[in-house]
Amino acid sequence: MHPAYSVIFFTTASGAGYGALVWMAIFAATGTVTPTAWTGLAAFAVALGLVTAGLLSSTFHLGHPERAWKAFSQWRSSWLSREGVAAVLAYVPALLFALGWIVFETFEGAWLIAGIVTALAALVTVACTGMIYASLRAIPRWTDVTVVPIYLVFALASGGALIFTVFAIIAPPAPEWAWAVAIMIAAAWALKFIYWQRIDAAAPVATAESATGLGRIGRVSLFEAPHTSDNYIMREMGFRIARKHAARLRIIALLLGAAVPVPAFLAAGLFSGVLTAALALAGVAALAAGILVERWLFFAEAKHAASLFYGTDTV
Amino acid sequence: MPDDIRPDSKYENVDLSPPVSDEVKATTCYMCACRCGIKVHLKDGSIRYIEGNKDHPVNKGVLCAKGSAGIMQHYSPARLSQPLRRVGPRGSGEFEAISWDEALSTAEEWLSDIRRTDPKKLAFFTGRDQSQSLTGFWASQFGTPNHAAHGGFCSVNMAAAGIYTIGGSFWEFGEPDWEHTRYFLMFGVAEDHDSNPIKAGLGKLKTAGKAKFVSVNPVRTGYSAIADEWVGIRPGTDGLFVMALIHELLRTGHVDLEFLARYTNAHWLVRNAPGTAGHGLFVRGRNGKPLAFDRTTGQIVEASRTDIDPAMRGSFPLHDSAPGDGGTETHSVPAFQLLLDRYLDARYSPDAVAAKTGVDAAAIRRIAAELAHAAFEQEVTLDVSWTDWAGRTHDKMVGRPVSMHAMRGISAHSNGFQTCRAIHVLQMLLGSIDCPGGFRYKPPFPRPAPPGPKPAGKPHQVSPGAPMAGPPLGFVTAPEDLLVDESGKALRIDKAYSWDAPLAAHGMMHTVIRNAWAGDPYPIDVLFMFMANMSWNSSMNTSETMKMLTDTDPETGEYKIPKIIYADAFQSEMTAYADLILPDTTYLERWDCISLLDRPISDAEGPADAIRQPVVEPDRDVRPFQDVLIELGVRLGLPAFVNSEGGARYPGGYPDYLANHERAPGIGPLAGWRGENGDSHGHGAANPDQLARYIENGCFWKGEFTPSQRYFKHANKDYLEYAAQMGWIASPDQIVLQLYSEPQQRFKLAGQGFGRVLPPVRFRERIASCFDPLPVWYAPFEDSHTDPAAYPIHALTQRPMAMYHSWGSQNAWLRQIHGWNRLYMNQKSAEGHGLKDGDKVRVESPYGSVSAVIALMEGCNTDTVWTWNAIGKQKGAWNLSKDAPESNKGFLLNHLITDLLPPKDGYRFVNADPITGQAAWFDLRVRVIKDDSVQLGDGNTKALPRAPGVKPAKKLSRYGAQFLPSGNWRRNRKGGAT
Amino acid sequence: MTSLPNNPGAKKLGLVIDLDICVGCHACAVNCKEWNTGGHSAPLTDENPYGNDPIGVWFNRVHTYEAGDGANGRTVHFPRSCLHCEEPACVTVCPTGASYKRESDGIVLVNADTCIGCKLCSWACPYGAREYDYADGVMKKCTLCIDRIGNDNLPERDRVPACVSTCPASARHFGDLGDPNSEVSRLVEERGGYDLMPEMGMKPVNKYLPPRTRPVSTASNTTAQDITEPVSGGSGSRFLDWVDRALSR
Ligand SMILES: Nc1nc2c(c(=O)[nH]1)N[C@H]1C(S)=C(S)[C@@H](COP(=O)(O)OP(=O)(O)OC[C@H]3O[C@@H](n4cnc5c(=O)[nH]c(N)nc54)[C@H](O)[C@@H]3O)O[C@H]1N2
Ligand SMILES: Nc1nc2c(c(=O)[nH]1)N[C@H]1C(S)=C(S)[C@@H](COP(=O)(O)OP(=O)(O)OC[C@H]3O[C@@H](n4cnc5c(=O)[nH]c(N)nc54)[C@H](O)[C@@H]3O)O[C@H]1N2
Ligand code: SF4
Ligand code: SF4
Ligand code: SF4
Ligand code: SF4
Ligand code: SF4
Ligand SMILES: [Mo]
Repeated sequence: MHPAYSVIFFTTASGAGYGALVWMAIFAATGTVTPTAWTGLAAFAVALGLVTAGLLSSTFHLGHPERAWKAFSQWRSSWLSREGVAAVLAYVPALLFALGWIVFETFEGAWLIAGIVTALAALVTVACTGMIYASLRAIPRWTDVTVVPIYLVFALASGGALIFTVFAIIAPPAPEWAWAVAIMIAAAWALKFIYWQRIDAAAPVATAESATGLGRIGRVSLFEAPHTSDNYIMREMGFRIARKHAARLRIIALLLGAAVPVPAFLAAGLFSGVLTAALALAGVAALAAGILVERWLFFAEAKHAASLFYGTDTV
Repeated sequence: MPDDIRPDSKYENVDLSPPVSDEVKATTCYMCACRCGIKVHLKDGSIRYIEGNKDHPVNKGVLCAKGSAGIMQHYSPARLSQPLRRVGPRGSGEFEAISWDEALSTAEEWLSDIRRTDPKKLAFFTGRDQSQSLTGFWASQFGTPNHAAHGGFCSVNMAAAGIYTIGGSFWEFGEPDWEHTRYFLMFGVAEDHDSNPIKAGLGKLKTAGKAKFVSVNPVRTGYSAIADEWVGIRPGTDGLFVMALIHELLRTGHVDLEFLARYTNAHWLVRNAPGTAGHGLFVRGRNGKPLAFDRTTGQIVEASRTDIDPAMRGSFPLHDSAPGDGGTETHSVPAFQLLLDRYLDARYSPDAVAAKTGVDAAAIRRIAAELAHAAFEQEVTLDVSWTDWAGRTHDKMVGRPVSMHAMRGISAHSNGFQTCRAIHVLQMLLGSIDCPGGFRYKPPFPRPAPPGPKPAGKPHQVSPGAPMAGPPLGFVTAPEDLLVDESGKALRIDKAYSWDAPLAAHGMMHTVIRNAWAGDPYPIDVLFMFMANMSWNSSMNTSETMKMLTDTDPETGEYKIPKIIYADAFQSEMTAYADLILPDTTYLERWDCISLLDRPISDAEGPADAIRQPVVEPDRDVRPFQDVLIELGVRLGLPAFVNSEGGARYPGGYPDYLANHERAPGIGPLAGWRGENGDSHGHGAANPDQLARYIENGCFWKGEFTPSQRYFKHANKDYLEYAAQMGWIASPDQIVLQLYSEPQQRFKLAGQGFGRVLPPVRFRERIASCFDPLPVWYAPFEDSHTDPAAYPIHALTQRPMAMYHSWGSQNAWLRQIHGWNRLYMNQKSAEGHGLKDGDKVRVESPYGSVSAVIALMEGCNTDTVWTWNAIGKQKGAWNLSKDAPESNKGFLLNHLITDLLPPKDGYRFVNADPITGQAAWFDLRVRVIKDDSVQLGDGNTKALPRAPGVKPAKKLSRYGAQFLPSGNWRRNRKGGAT
Repeated sequence: MTSLPNNPGAKKLGLVIDLDICVGCHACAVNCKEWNTGGHSAPLTDENPYGNDPIGVWFNRVHTYEAGDGANGRTVHFPRSCLHCEEPACVTVCPTGASYKRESDGIVLVNADTCIGCKLCSWACPYGAREYDYADGVMKKCTLCIDRIGNDNLPERDRVPACVSTCPASARHFGDLGDPNSEVSRLVEERGGYDLMPEMGMKPVNKYLPPRTRPVSTASNTTAQDITEPVSGGSGSRFLDWVDRALSR
């Protein structure tokens, strides 16, 4: 699949944003942070900022952004529609949660419930995003059982890293929280690693032979594509990345996304104050880069069944 | 077909019945030479849709890819829009716009001069044109013998081999009996002129599933892909393959002797007097009639007698002695005896030819067996009674259901004439000519093999200021008919009908530029061409040709070819080399005529002809070429085009000419609706509203034969009488098929030094060996002079079904399908050459080099590479952008094909079939060298400029949006690219 | 909503394509382009029509494959357009309802007025049958010539898809695959028509007729026998008696 940057940015940014909201709810529930206008403003600016930026960017690749609202209509059948609906609905508890935290500076009763509902809505939205991909049979690798969990843990890992860092700077929570973040990050990459193992091992779901039905004759190879010039399908689904190249990028993703941030946050948990903040900051930066690479690979490594008609042997 | 398509408004209100058009006009497609009937839907003045005419005899409603892209051809940005005069040097493409009056006066001035002094100095050659009966007539009216159309580089040797043998031929002049055939053998066809009829026929044949379809072709694409058996033969060796089949059939007696005795000259006695002037010629009685040996009476009698039992073999003493026999008693043998002697020889056995042809002996034997089986064990009988030439009625039509078709895979080789004749001999041995299930003639064929008249152009026939006595093209039967002077030098600029190409029935357009440049046989003054891209894909040795077109005389600084007039509709490569350009209309803007006098659209069931009518008005200052030609005729005072007062005889231009011109009394360009009240067909007085009647009928006329006229036309009384009455043949005599070809022997004898008109010594060996009354096989000439070790691979082109030569590339839709071409090669041989799919290579012949990208395939002969024809373009031509793939990745194989063979005792023969002059495109041998550093494309850095009046091409085409209901947002949506 | 028709009609309109006689001429593809660029989904935009890398919207594309190798290897031409699936993911994933399947006949269409151009349907279609029009910013696709097949302004005999009526080899058939007695259903029955990539679970309506297996030899053994049986050739040989049989003209 052709890795479109708007989609990569959308999934990573909104993922992090929703993840952050979840952690904020947890912090609120556990009284890890104190509800002050100042901490609230900072946290919500980052979390809702990312969510909103992501959602907006997802409309950039639409042929008709002005019609985007129509996308809410098919929630009964379409995961994309559900994601849209969930994303918008999530704003309601999120704004109440923000109201309590920033204006009334409280986590009491209803305000806390708003926080918890926000967390749930955030998780549902991220799950919908994952389902958009996981439900596409035409891209067999995306239907892997790990895909939705991966979207969830990566959201939590990136969101956690982010929000911990924010607080580490403005109102440091107990440094031990950094270890929770480190564990999340490790979990995310562990899951991703399993995904890579599984797609590398997976048996082909469809072949040029089954796509054309000519397997009955023998091995099938493309003699001539319909046109000498390419077309939309080839541009969008025809993208192929060399195995070598992919392997290298996986390592880079692991180095940036795991090898740096995990120790960084473990260490951050050992110290406090400026040092913790600095380590967290470094961790977050590396993690973000690692996740962008991971997300790029998620698309670039996926083969679309339609490419079987254009010379791909198996998907 | 499902009825009631209901509105289903749940998600969308789809308009299920939008009005398609305001007006539908019938005309004839000209996206290729197949000439299908079309209906053009017009909406608000522009073309909404072009569809096939379901009632039309050629296409019965279907359209091919090209025809379906007519809209994009008609609106092509490469259309010329006004007459042009060259201002820059030739080839620079720099022109100024001039008025039609200026253009015509210039042409008139150039031409009237010549006509007054020496009409030969005009060489008038027309290419893809469908009005040869007008252009040829115009040429003889002008008085120049130097006229021909494209046949010489197309497939003249197929046409000639057929005409001289069975009085008809392949091309679109004959067709398999798709319905009844049980075995169909196709040689070297990728598409052919009968584009749609062949596809329809194959579809019919395969759907019925009763016949076997065998395709003999080095490449397994297109038709060959759906063949039941693919014979991946080595290029240039079909003759051997066919002769081996003949060998097998003879060896086992699977021959239709009755057919041979009745319909061919197999039993005619041939004089066997080696070393004499009469050797190998038919033995004739006092009245000149051929003789045969009658086994009942033991007498030598007239061969045409129906009451005899002719001997098919043996040797019979002749008591008369012919000139040169020296009075000694000579013998005569039936032609068939000679055929037995030749093909039973072991050198034609399957085992002997297997290695050369690359077809294994067992397969050849099996195919021979299958042919025999189909012919003799699967006879088709139609309960239709018919009367033969001798007046005997037969209650049934019995056929041998084996049919064959062949085209350029055979003709584009220097041995094509003989190979094609071999195929016809095979057909005759199987008795499958114009019988149920066999090959069928399309009227006006069959004609006598060959028909008269002879080509005009002898010195006494060409005189200043006067028409030429006769047509420039015809059929020679003996050296005496050649257009050569005493020294044997050619009288025509293209050397057609000279010792270079004695049977050049269609002329030799491909030699004109070279000869005009070299002033050989003589210099000319004006080269006038129409509808042929001669500086590019229709010439061999393209790079050299471009040099000759621009070469100047060092003394005078004048161009070696002084004046070039060219009529094209588009900015092709050739336009850049013209001094004067006469812009033509597109096929949807003019009158045209598809005439029985020319290349009709008949089928085996009856004659047909057609017209084109203008369906849209030109939006440019262009004129139909035929109108221009007629006007020039008037300006030059050509007798047939002026009236007694010297004014225009056809003031209405071409349509006027179509309706009122009579070639012979009662015979005109169009056969339909003749006579004052339009009730006679074929012949009759001119009918003033003939064209209206054509338009009413969908722009075509179709006659239907009676069932009794539909087969055995060469010997069918009812048919022959009808044909004679229609003026297709002079008399209703039987058309005897020429198994043994006497004209061939006459030339052979001349080559051996016998006869009055002899070839110059340097021609003799070649004439003596290549001409033969029975088909022979010789290796394609290129094999003999190009080192097979250094250039081990045969290089071919194929017609892409979705492109027409060069002119398809200006088509926004077709060029997406074939925007550039790769060089296809067999997988295994590629490994042998160390080549991978996608490698960049240099393709080299002794004459040039082009760069290409390799593509590998299974279904290709291992000694062969090929590419799609005419996809590579010159930068800037056709108003394509400078970076268009056609000129930046594609290549034109023609750069590698020589137009002349290397010198042989000081003389260079044309790279052509020595009998007809047919260009030997496919003799080419190359080597392929991996080279990652090659620069792909045509190599030019500079692009041809756009001619005045040719507008910049669109960057985005939204054709069709204008047909949306007003108010629909897509109708006036702007741009919005990727 | 674009869940699939909950009470799908019995009618399943679609195409049956005969790979045994398709010669790969592209007529269906170009004629489709010609009809549809002025039809329901007009226009079928072409970018760079006269430049480098021209790219256009086509509803029907003809591929060519080589299958098998050696003696039984063959070249197969393969036209590909929307298969009007019974359970098409292109419909269920659509967030706007623009992509839908008609209840009355199963034709799958895109409503260009509600499509937001998110392209998700093209990701969901395993057959690469969706064609995004960059210039219009909406998804387009084979309409099964919805504006022809029931068009009262066309003569009855022309109410078939453009690609079907133009196919020179008659390799394309149009009809109701929901009706077991329809011509197309019978063809599929007789010739073993098959689905492309059934494993994708879309239940295509269009069917492909496989290339027929080839006759080994049409010659009866006897002929094959006696013709291959060696006879010492050469004129005059007694083996040529057949030449001497009495003939009448
Ligand atoms: N290597 C190789 N070369 C070949 C062949 C091959 O197989 N291989 N095939 C050969 C054969 S068989 C042939 S017939 C030739 C064909 O080659 P050409 O005869 O050159 O045919 P086209 O390339 O179609 O060019 C015809 C010209 O007619 C112009 N034209 C198109 N429509 C009109 C019109 O309506 N009016 C006018 N006035 N002009 C028009 C076009 O712009 C173009 O310039 O190519 C030959 N060359
Ligand atoms: N779509 C389309 N149709 C056309 C044309 C076009 O340009 N495009 N051009 C028209 C014209 S002008 C002509 S002349 C006709 C020509 O129609 P075709 O005769 O089909 O011409 P080619 O495409 O040259 O096909 C030559 C075939 O012979 C094969 N071949 C080459 N050498 C040999 C050999 O030695 N033996 C055998 N058995 N096969 C061999 C090649 O592989 C190729 O398949 O087509 C006409 N129709
Ligand atoms: S074969 Fe195609 S291009 Fe040629 S005349 Fe017929 S429809 Fe037109
Ligand atoms: S038109 Fe018919 S033969 Fe030609 S490619 Fe399409 S299906 Fe095949
Ligand atoms: S082929 Fe693709 S676009 Fe057509 S219905 Fe099936 S899934 Fe949808
Ligand atoms: S591109 Fe249009 S039709 Fe396709 S899913 Fe998106 S909105 Fe639906
Ligand atoms: S049915 Fe109509 S839209 Fe679909 S491929 Fe055929 S011609 Fe094109
Ligand atoms: Mo030709």
